[in-house]
Amino acid sequence: MIINHPKLGPRDAAEFTILGDASMLNRPDWQADNADDEFYTYVYLRDNPAGLHRELWFHEQGDRSWLVVTRDTITHDVVDVSLASNVALAAKSKKVTKTLNTKKTREKLKSKGQNR
Amino acid sequence: MIFKSLVNSIIPSDLMSKSSGKLHSSVLQQKKSFSLLQCLQQSNFIVGHVIARVDMRYSIWSLINQALTGNQGWKPAWREPEPKKNYQIIIIGGGGHGLATAFYLASRYGMSNIAVLEKGWIGSGNIGRNTTIIRSNYLLDGNEPFYEESLKLWEGLEQDLNYNAMISQRGIINLYHSDSQRDAYVRRGNAMRLHGADAKLLKLEQLRNMCPFLDFENARFPVMGGLLQARAGTARHDAVAWGYARAADQRGVDIIQNCEVTDFIIKDGACVGVKTSRGTITAGKVGVAVAGSTSRVMAKAGLRLPIESHVLQAFVSEGLKPVIPGVITFGAGHFYISQSDKGGLVFGGNIDGYNSYAQRGNLPVFEDVCQSGMAIMPMIGRARILRNWGGIMDMSMDGSPIIDKTPIDQLFLNAGWCYGGFKATPASGLCFAHLLARDEPHEVAKKLRLDRFRCGAMLDERGAGAQPNLH
Repeated sequence: MIINHPKLGPRDAAEFTILGDASMLNRPDWQADNADDEFYTYVYLRDNPAGLHRELWFHEQGDRSWLVVTRDTITHDVVDVSLASNVALAAKSKKVTKTLNTKKTREKLKSKGQNR
Repeated sequence: MIFKSLVNSIIPSDLMSKSSGKLHSSVLQQKKSFSLLQCLQQSNFIVGHVIARVDMRYSIWSLINQALTGNQGWKPAWREPEPKKNYQIIIIGGGGHGLATAFYLASRYGMSNIAVLEKGWIGSGNIGRNTTIIRSNYLLDGNEPFYEESLKLWEGLEQDLNYNAMISQRGIINLYHSDSQRDAYVRRGNAMRLHGADAKLLKLEQLRNMCPFLDFENARFPVMGGLLQARAGTARHDAVAWGYARAADQRGVDIIQNCEVTDFIIKDGACVGVKTSRGTITAGKVGVAVAGSTSRVMAKAGLRLPIESHVLQAFVSEGLKPVIPGVITFGAGHFYISQSDKGGLVFGGNIDGYNSYAQRGNLPVFEDVCQSGMAIMPMIGRARILRNWGGIMDMSMDGSPIIDKTPIDQLFLNAGWCYGGFKATPASGLCFAHLLARDEPHEVAKKLRLDRFRCGAMLDERGAGAQPNLH
């Protein structure tokens, strides 16, 4: 398999090690009330699809970057590759905008601005 | 002498002169019109009828009978029935485990209204893709009694099934390469013996006598000795599937091939049947034993499981004269090898490591496996590899299997065999049959629970944690 590294170009998959399902990027909140259920799901349960699968690969014998690789588990075709850090940051900013968009936070920010 | 006794029993006694054991002269005189062959065929007609009465039981007599009648009388080893509308129990998956489950349900739990549904043809999955090793050299209390039960069933399997599965207890040796590894093997050997299995620690000199071809002075991983389980060995994997299929079929089990389960019928939280490519079939209970396809099938019932599907490759070389006495495994890498009765070296190593539903792997692991082989037995370096293939392993989160009920009533699961499914076939079938028939786990499978991941009662032989590709 060839993994098309976003920064280094096409590299042999043998340079990488695989951790598993990219859902592992979404670590649950350990303080939540249902944290035990969430962590059970997070640590042990997998979709394990036949078809496209997003997974975490580590460029161990290269630039040591973490990648999110979208790969077909039936054909082994690599469909998409991106830096895991970018994926995580994008998810984080999405979460932030989500919190920004709630009514409460908007009002909070408003009142903060008035105080200034 | 053997031939004489065969002739004695085939040729009706009035044609034989009992005192001399030779053909009576009058028969010899009639040779022109009544040849010996005709005579044998005629008498075989009688023998054949006797055999037909015991439902085509395979024996030396059926073999001789067929040999002398041009092999025209062999019947298909199992029927190809149309699916009925309803069964007491449906087993999804016509592999080794599914067929074994059906066989034990019929033979030990007295059930007969059973169907085995297989998407392709029986034995088309991992039962025909493994490296044929049977053994019970496990450490943990939750595992060892189960695998020992399995090995005991292997020992009587051919008689139970009336089928030659070419079971050969030629022994397995796990090599150790360091002091700490020897200590670990001593511990494992003791655990095995405490559960009634056999284990023997081989010192260097004993091992040299048994396997002089090993690279004892390997600079990186010198061979220091091995853990021997003499009762372990190999079996012909296809014959195991066929034997179970035939024996189950004879006890009334419907084996339905080319029948893909497309959905479960779930009413009020209980599974009452399945939709298939050959119509809807209702059932009292449904058992799923589909190995690598477990997640795919169980997703239809809305379940997510602690399982990932991975590809494991296996390899076979050209046929050689006998060189490897039993099964040998490399302790410092992951490599196991045995020699088939045909002479081919059958070997394998690690899984590829990434999720896969393709029954083929990639070259880096191919190379790694061959390097591991060369590290312990450089003599195989010039053997040419004939074939390699892959199978899809249902890798569980702790490396141990699951035989349990599911959150859905009347739906039962047999999965998570990682790459140890073949050796477990008989006990897996027996314990799954027990669960299906009695609604409670078999004594030796009590710890193979589905909820052990939630409650923390893990069976992690390797201590690798929740990382399926490391088990």
